[in-house]
Amino acid sequence: MQTQWNIFIAFFRVGILGYGGGPGSIPLIHKEVVDKYNWMDAEEFGDLLALANTLPGPIATKLSGYIGYRVSGFWGMMNAVFATMFPTIILMIVLLTSLSSIKEFDWVQGMVAAVIPVVGVMLAVLTWQFLDKAGKGMGWLQTGIMGLIIFVLLQLLTIHPGIIIGALLLIALFKKDKSTAKEGEPS
Amino acid sequence: MMKYWEIFLAFFIPGILGYGGGPASIPLVENEVVKRYEWMTVQEFSEVLALGNSLPGPIATKMAGYIGYDVGGILGAAVGVFAAVAPSLIIMILLLGLLTKYKNSSKVKRLTLYVRPVIAILLGVMAWRFFFESYEGIGLWQTAIITIASYLLMERFKVHPAFVIAGALVYGGFLL
Repeated sequence: MQTQWNIFIAFFRVGILGYGGGPGSIPLIHKEVVDKYNWMDAEEFGDLLALANTLPGPIATKLSGYIGYRVSGFWGMMNAVFATMFPTIILMIVLLTSLSSIKEFDWVQGMVAAVIPVVGVMLAVLTWQFLDKAGKGMGWLQTGIMGLIIFVLLQLLTIHPGIIIGALLLIALFKKDKSTAKEGEPS
Repeated sequence: MMKYWEIFLAFFIPGILGYGGGPASIPLVENEVVKRYEWMTVQEFSEVLALGNSLPGPIATKMAGYIGYDVGGILGAAVGVFAAVAPSLIIMILLLGLLTKYKNSSKVKRLTLYVRPVIAILLGVMAWRFFFESYEGIGLWQTAIITIASYLLMERFKVHPAFVIAGALVYGGFLL
């Protein structure tokens, strides 16, 4: 029981204090799991993080779910995932539902209008972070060429992003190692 | 029943395609929720995103939980969250041993690498749409003022996004 309570509290704090989405909460998970409760050592956590990053999907729940599972099996996993995300989902639902009931007022519409460019800036910053990582990972020329082709496929030919990502994943898996050819165009 | 299946798909697809954590899945979720199923307008989605970004916790589950709730009540929220979280978590638990073995394989590293430009383009296009929508709504000058001010506050002065959003709300409440 004590273990379940510890898992709950550890990931509840992560969920409530982590800003910037899942990636922003990684240091907090580290603090709880490695420093406070000693569920794994720093090296193990580093390995886990590296592996989690090679898989798709939200990072915070992947980490908390796996760590909860390791510490106390299936219920540990459920507990950890629940504690990570439940508090903020409830907040979201309460705040947005109350927002929509007062939406008709002019001042509320003004407030909403002013937030849109702020979100635009946040998205632009995220865009840059992904571009920067891609550029540093495989070179700016290849990133540029790929970016251009992907843009045409997505925006002009309106192909579903899932198909493009799927094709790229297949290329990544089947491309021979050690070849430095500048392919990368989803064919 | 159909509705819950659609909610499942709308969050399952971003969950298995979003490399780079929750933020990478934002444009993929938008693609499903706004473009494909038309549950929300761009404007409504931007409200969800704005609030989501000003609250703590993982962004992917906040979006799945709220949008699922909006479309299909509490069961909808549960379905959305499950679809966003479960597939990648199950893969993680089942495959960790296998992955550990191949962790240094260049193929595994390329998976993440190749998806990044797609996510970047999707995010960039989305950012552009937000700016354009704002330009149509409140005009060039207001959009520019808020954009530049919020960029400087968040990126140069490292002000917490929640405060920047709060500031924008106050500004909009009085001046727009």
